[in-house]
Amino acid sequence: MGVAGQIFGAIPIDLIIIQTVNGIVTGMILALVASGLTLIFGIMDVVNFAHGELFMFGAYMGVLVFAATGNFWLALIAAALIIAVFGAVLQVVTLRPLIGRDPLNTILATFGISLVLQNYALWQFGPVARRIPEPLNLYFNMFYLQYPWYRILIAVLSAAIIGAFWLFLKHSKFGVWIRATTQDRVMAQAMGIPVPLVYTGVFALGAGMAAASGVLFAPLTGVSHTMGLDWVLKAFIVVVLGGMGNLGGSVVAAIFISLLESYASIVVDPSEAVIVSFVVLILTLLFRPTGLFATPK
Amino acid sequence: MTATAPMDKAMPLAKPRLSHTASFWSVFGVVLALLIVAPLVLPEFWGGFLTEILIWGLLAMSSDLLIGYTGMVSFGHSAFFGLGMYGAAGALLIVKPANLWLAIVFGLAAAAGAALFVAYFSTRLRDIYFAITTLIFSQIFYVIIFTWTAVTGGENGLIFSRPHLSIPFIYSAPFTPYTMHWFVLAVVTASYLILRRITQSPFGMVLQSIRENEFRTRAIGYPVQRYKIVSVMLSGLFAGLAGVLYAIQKEYAAPDFVYFLTSGETVIYNILGGVGTLVGPIVGAGFFQLARQFLSQYFGDQFPYLIPLGIFFIVMVIFLPQGLLGFARRWLNR
Amino acid sequence: MSAVAVDIRTEGVSAEPLVRVEDVHTYYGKSHILHGVSLTVAPGEVVGLLGRNGVGKSTTLKTIMGLVQPSRGAVVLAGRPITGLPPHKLARLGIGYVPEDRRIFRLLTVMENLRTGLDRNGINDDRRRALLDKVFTYFPVLAERRNQPGGTLSGGEQQMLAIARAMMLEPKIILLDEPTEGLMPRMVSQISKIVEVLHNEGVAILLVEQNVPLTLAASQRVYIMEKGTVRHHCAASDLSVHDPIIKQYLGI
Repeated sequence: MGVAGQIFGAIPIDLIIIQTVNGIVTGMILALVASGLTLIFGIMDVVNFAHGELFMFGAYMGVLVFAATGNFWLALIAAALIIAVFGAVLQVVTLRPLIGRDPLNTILATFGISLVLQNYALWQFGPVARRIPEPLNLYFNMFYLQYPWYRILIAVLSAAIIGAFWLFLKHSKFGVWIRATTQDRVMAQAMGIPVPLVYTGVFALGAGMAAASGVLFAPLTGVSHTMGLDWVLKAFIVVVLGGMGNLGGSVVAAIFISLLESYASIVVDPSEAVIVSFVVLILTLLFRPTGLFATPK
Repeated sequence: MTATAPMDKAMPLAKPRLSHTASFWSVFGVVLALLIVAPLVLPEFWGGFLTEILIWGLLAMSSDLLIGYTGMVSFGHSAFFGLGMYGAAGALLIVKPANLWLAIVFGLAAAAGAALFVAYFSTRLRDIYFAITTLIFSQIFYVIIFTWTAVTGGENGLIFSRPHLSIPFIYSAPFTPYTMHWFVLAVVTASYLILRRITQSPFGMVLQSIRENEFRTRAIGYPVQRYKIVSVMLSGLFAGLAGVLYAIQKEYAAPDFVYFLTSGETVIYNILGGVGTLVGPIVGAGFFQLARQFLSQYFGDQFPYLIPLGIFFIVMVIFLPQGLLGFARRWLNR
Repeated sequence: MSAVAVDIRTEGVSAEPLVRVEDVHTYYGKSHILHGVSLTVAPGEVVGLLGRNGVGKSTTLKTIMGLVQPSRGAVVLAGRPITGLPPHKLARLGIGYVPEDRRIFRLLTVMENLRTGLDRNGINDDRRRALLDKVFTYFPVLAERRNQPGGTLSGGEQQMLAIARAMMLEPKIILLDEPTEGLMPRMVSQISKIVEVLHNEGVAILLVEQNVPLTLAASQRVYIMEKGTVRHHCAASDLSVHDPIIKQYLGI
């Protein structure tokens, strides 16, 4: 998104197309982060404040594995798996005891977790950002820009992961368990579905997806201990816009929000462009609290 | 559905017995006396430290009105605190000679304005959506303050000098660490008494009824949203007051305080100290700051104190959600 | 406490009953719903549970199913105490549950609804197919609609799906909560038939119902509850619809 800043006196149409592409790329990563979040909320009423930190830790794991192996793809897979397991442990230790209590307890607990993780990352890795180099050093010409193929790859990969996840939800046994538990936790149990295990599994999956997004995103800006904060706020907005628990809705919402911010970045400073998302969220909460893109059920 | 949530247990409606009144006020008197005397016996650093705890305590107390009494968890307090800070800064920078009371008025006005704005939108929503909305508003204010460099000094904030402690026509002199402490103590004590009066009034009872069962409260006929708006505004006012005090004590205003993490820390003080107690959050703030101080002293400045403190907080949420003073909640509210 | 017209112990059930509920007290928050309920169901038996609205019949089923924990008393399944076990374990131990208002998974297809019970450990493909075939034979309408979302089915079809879904667990006992509520007379007789078929297969049934004739016809024994306890217990054949006892406890 630094692309926008370098452009002056450009013909609007070019700029719009470039920003559209940028918006879609960021949107896909955001969708990947948000899908885990929306699923976790949809199934167990947990607002996972620590989701941004799982994203951040995924990126750091990617840095470590990449440093050890020199292979980006290995880093991607390893980071996702490690953080998925970590997420499962986290859920069992801190969130399972809170099941059945006021959901605000889980907001507090996950907020505490996010503080601990952030500070741990700062302590372990220091304040200087780490880098993962892009796995693909190819560019193509988009108008007057050398646009990196890597960004397109991110969008495609994110879409692929989300697609695979959607298929998993639709057809696999665990997917049916997840969907049944989301709809009616009590009856799911009465049908023999081990709901506590499903919760842990969903949390792990969400964590893994957040971690994967972190690694995918890392080459774009560098890895620091605060990178999760911005993403978790945006992810929350996406989850609310798309309808809590609605996977398809959150994908659409993610792209929508990212496009809006991309276009806004044309006229204002990118750090201010984020206000657009905030405003959309507030309007949605006021007029369509079930979600802008929620499919009527 | 809750097992031990921080926000259950209705407040008793019986009139306080004489023995309770006597015991409560004696304890209050003793604590107040200790706090008055403290800066005289403590080394200067700790005196200032205590003053700062009182300020954070005021912020946390304002948040308790929402969390502990109305049952609404807000992450928006950093906005009110920050606006109080910047409002005071504005008064101190624009109006010469710098006037303490003007700073307070500006700060409160700014905080109240923000609170009204936030309250209007967010109180339509419940529970988690309310929490998220207040968080987003906090961030909106943060972004505005951070980027509107011309007015707010942007990333660097504003620096100004402390006004005199002035009682019109009677007294005017620069603050000393002692008078600063006593001034803050006076403001915090007055705030506590006012908030206590509010929570024990019929208005306060309605708030608690909203906390217990919003649906039923509305069904009985109370205009719940209006009560919520007033609750947010009162809360915001006192949070802004804390911001004013902080600005006066530290002589700067910075956007960091508007970031939602400050709200998060405030909520931590609430949980640590005990929601629904008003003084609990002050104790929570004290506990947190002291722990942080000791950890830095023993393990060095670079020690990530938030790791053990964060873990402690999580453990408290799971096992002791009523907080350190939770056991005294009924007694404190009679 | 309970006026037992027939001593359970001499009822011909010499072995340990399949399900034994012993002096169970259950609360919802502060409300004391069950004041010491005791009953038994023998293997393969159909037992009716009658009573007015609000006496605690559904709560009794929920207690057996582990959906609510009793504060006192015990539930025993085939000699093994199961009080306090989570519902998903009980489902796997052989208790099927068909709740009031059916509660099928509306967004899952009929097939997926069945899969929630069918997808378990220790069941091979042949048995899965056999179970499905059986259920589709009993409920041909489900076969027709197998790929439709459960929410698009009619009330009677949903009831059938709810029962079929429970059958997927191959349970030893099915807890049926008011299966005929809100159904047309034609469907009611279908339910009757299903209960009979299940009974012939050796599945025990604890049937909570307001429909007295159906219950008396389908059950071997009935319990009548009032105000959270069992007030009367006898063989179904000992009661007729016009019996004064029925009038007393059910106000019909």
